[in-house]
Amino acid sequence: MNEITMMLLPRVENLISRYVHCVDDYRLAEIPDFFTDDALYRIIPRRNYEQGHLVGIMECDGKGMIHDRMSSLNRANIFEPHRYRHMVSATVIRGAEGGEIRADTNFFVARIMESGEFSLFTTGVYRDVIVEKEGQLLFKERIVVCDSTRVDSLLALPI
Amino acid sequence: MNNISTVAEKPKIYWEPNEYHHVPYQIYSDGGIYEEEQKRLFRGPVWQFVGLDMEVPNPGDFKTTWIGDTPILLIRDETGALNAFVNRCAHRGTTLCFEAYGNKPVLSCVYHNWCFDLQGNLQSVAFQHGIRKQGGLPKDFCFKDHGLTRLRVAQVRNLVFATFSDETPPIEEFLGETMVSHMNRIFNRPMKILGTYSQYMHNNWKLYMENVKDSYHASLLHLFFTTFRLNRLSMEGGLLLDDSGGHHISYSKVKTDSSQDTEYETGQLRAQQDDFTLADRRLLRTFPEFEDGITHAIQGIFPTMVVQQIQNSLAVRQLVPRGPGECELFWTILGYEDDTPDQTDMRLKQSNLIGPAGLVSMEDGIIGSLVQRAIDCDSDKSTVLEMGGHSVENQKSRVSEASVRGFWKAYRTHMDL
Ligand code: FES
Ligand SMILES: [Fe+2]
Repeated sequence: MNEITMMLLPRVENLISRYVHCVDDYRLAEIPDFFTDDALYRIIPRRNYEQGHLVGIMECDGKGMIHDRMSSLNRANIFEPHRYRHMVSATVIRGAEGGEIRADTNFFVARIMESGEFSLFTTGVYRDVIVEKEGQLLFKERIVVCDSTRVDSLLALPI
Repeated sequence: MNNISTVAEKPKIYWEPNEYHHVPYQIYSDGGIYEEEQKRLFRGPVWQFVGLDMEVPNPGDFKTTWIGDTPILLIRDETGALNAFVNRCAHRGTTLCFEAYGNKPVLSCVYHNWCFDLQGNLQSVAFQHGIRKQGGLPKDFCFKDHGLTRLRVAQVRNLVFATFSDETPPIEEFLGETMVSHMNRIFNRPMKILGTYSQYMHNNWKLYMENVKDSYHASLLHLFFTTFRLNRLSMEGGLLLDDSGGHHISYSKVKTDSSQDTEYETGQLRAQQDDFTLADRRLLRTFPEFEDGITHAIQGIFPTMVVQQIQNSLAVRQLVPRGPGECELFWTILGYEDDTPDQTDMRLKQSNLIGPAGLVSMEDGIIGSLVQRAIDCDSDKSTVLEMGGHSVENQKSRVSEASVRGFWKAYRTHMDL
């Protein structure tokens, strides 16, 4: 790792931590602010990802669609109240060229229902492309590769 | 299969003869019923969807799946034919293939290395003649009697079905003309798989199939659809049922929406918020795909298969029961080989509408469980299915539970209940 990426690492990890705290705190309206206007946010099982299939569980092409997801959760979709708790690994910087940082971070997500029932909901890796805009790091691409092909019941909140 | 002892052991259930507009709650949780379903439905004279031919394109390609509780191996042999077996070695019952997909020139069992050819015949037995004339198989051991348990296989376009029973009528007869022509409509040219996933649900499998056949709930439970005028019940459409009642097609055309003078306009329904707008309407970008103008068509095939056209989102779903109170739904998302990049992009965007995170359909992942947990305590009470009357017949209106009643008609026939 060169000096530049070493210097970037704490900022990248801070972005990723702030994002998972935002989801876990259920501040859904703030989620779009972590992304660039043209960002890609995709949740996809590892098998599809490795086979080069594009279709997965969730697909947002642009900040607008991420915003629409969040407002749909808020206003349209019906699901039992629940929260997530994310645990993320240290981040590995895969590259930093042309103003884009490629970073991989493993995650575990627990899902906690209001009844008290909780479970390990999903595991996987964030494959991020991060850029700097006006002094702020933002996700330009966040491919959430889930290890399992199976989703329990439904997936409402972002991973 | 229909021997006397199974009849004698039949679970006790109180259900008026020929009644389809009430269904006893017991049917969703009784372990005895579940066992009976395995025999009469899943291993009985019924065709079961096991996959798409393009999942196993080359000789030796296989996929593993289930029919009811029974593990199934679908494999293409050297002649190009598709064969289906119980995924179990004929020696001691070991699972033969434990990968979801793969390729094998010969089916060898990991336990003691018995080998079966791709037609399921026992080919070789390790140490068949023992070592230095000690051990080994007896002289009269018959290889022919120790092949894999083989199912009948039939295909409609890309859709592959299998059945355990010799009595199952030919697939075209089982499905009926209307159902076959609808499959021909969607599978009209080479298709490709865009993605797969599964969804694990905490409810009896029949609650999910009822939900698929319940066109009444679509705009009431799923707010996203209604808000964006994707599927209002007032749109032109209807329900088609086959003679058995077990298969159905619910269809609509989105362009012909006329919602005046309906309850929608009074603002009374929860599922209506007209101030809801999307920041990015590219999510709903569609292209006309079928000449008949039908934009939404859900086809439910008895007992556990769904063919889906929601705008340009095409998919097949296969439901696998996982015990009386759970089931797993396997989704395969499809496009055509000749799709333009733009069409693929629209299908990709529309995939947001469906599946476990579907903006339209995520509620279906939980609604069965919301029922299951409330009815388990009262197995003598029953569910009410009277929308559109008590009959099982085609309907012009989709404010109807006729196709759910149809499911129960076919179910009772097969289950002899
Ligand atoms: S169980 Fe398969 S070879 Fe023995
Ligand atoms: Fe639904």
